[in-house]
Amino acid sequence: MLEASNLECVRGERRLFADVSFRLDGGEMLYLQGSNGSGKTSLLRMLCALTPAVSGEIRWRGKPIGKLGEEFRSELCYLGHHNAIKEELTPLENMRSSADLAQEPLAEEAALDALQLVGLRGREDLACRYLSQGQKRRAALARLVNEKRALWILDEPYVALDPAAVELVAGLIGAHLQRGGLAVLTTHQAVAVPAGAIRELRLGDDDANDERRSAERC
Amino acid sequence: MLSLLRAVIGRDLRLAMRRQADIVAAVFFFIIVVSLFPLGVGPEPEQLRRMAPGVLWVAALLATMLSLPRLFADDHRDGTLEQLALAPQPLALIVLGKVIAHWLVAGVPLVVLAPVLGVQFDLSSDALTVLTVSLLIGTPALSGIGAIGAALTLGVRGGGVLLSLLVLPLYIPVLIFGAGAVDATVSGLGPQAHLSLLGALALGGVFFAPWPTAAALRVALE
Repeated sequence: MLEASNLECVRGERRLFADVSFRLDGGEMLYLQGSNGSGKTSLLRMLCALTPAVSGEIRWRGKPIGKLGEEFRSELCYLGHHNAIKEELTPLENMRSSADLAQEPLAEEAALDALQLVGLRGREDLACRYLSQGQKRRAALARLVNEKRALWILDEPYVALDPAAVELVAGLIGAHLQRGGLAVLTTHQAVAVPAGAIRELRLGDDDANDERRSAERC
Repeated sequence: MLSLLRAVIGRDLRLAMRRQADIVAAVFFFIIVVSLFPLGVGPEPEQLRRMAPGVLWVAALLATMLSLPRLFADDHRDGTLEQLALAPQPLALIVLGKVIAHWLVAGVPLVVLAPVLGVQFDLSSDALTVLTVSLLIGTPALSGIGAIGAALTLGVRGGGVLLSLLVLPLYIPVLIFGAGAVDATVSGLGPQAHLSLLGALALGGVFFAPWPTAAALRVALE
């Protein structure tokens, strides 16, 4: 469903990676690895069509994502470095306002259930600036609980989370893969996702195209 | 489409209400700048009446400028701008919502205060009415045009100064026709021509500005 061929990324005068190719089908997860500065985030932003690739092409269901535009974006859920939550709003307001902006209204009960799941129940009426870093990350990840879009692109989802929350997020990703969804994620923490086939891609090693597809672990 | 606009406007208004210091600062800036002139140039009513439209309009431009840098900067910093750009809805429509919200927060208070402050300049009630109407028509154009500048300078170091250099020259037509409408009323010519041109600028500013703004935001996010 998601195919990338011969992607190249140049930042400033440095070429971060070239000839990166992979293919991802329903129920599969791409586990993107690489040292700091190897271009993981750049690759993820390319996959979201936020940054254009210098060369190469990304296809979604066989069509280039640049041409699909809104059709592609309606199937994409991106969680970046930043939490994309407003500090002035409470976790509940954040969830509901971002759902409204996505034109997928969320009932208050569903939002509260999601917050309960990520362990923020009881703090749903507290402005996010009073939350700790990990709690803010949890508030951002609460989006995933009700997220039905097919492609999840997650940049370091486990950062700042405690082990219980990491397990919870891994479970959410696993459930998503089981529903036939796709996920691309970067992380420096080795976390086992309970379901789905996992492919690995390592950026920025000795030879330019160093794609290692590990044996599929189910 | 309307529900999206409503969602964007509602969100931005709620955020503005949680951070009232910004609105209050811009409004007080407007009040103080306008009030300094009668104190500075002396109390001759004839002179004050002549300079009133210009002073009020320039103060309105500067007060609008104060709140422009934050139009997209906060959303950019916390990552919500990326989410808006990745929403399946057209980014230009979301920008239109943000422009309308900016006008409600930064423009409307100026419109409401203008007749009160105009009294300091001994303006006749006709002139005060036209001043208010001209601000009511003209301030949406300020928000629309300003959004282009705010998007172009997003993430640029020293963006605030650059923003003024970029946007203030574009505000000149709005200033000329806005202050001109009041002048024309005072001199007995009637403000219709100026107000019509101002209306055209506002329509252009609000409904065409979102597209270049959206394009500039996508570049800023790359």
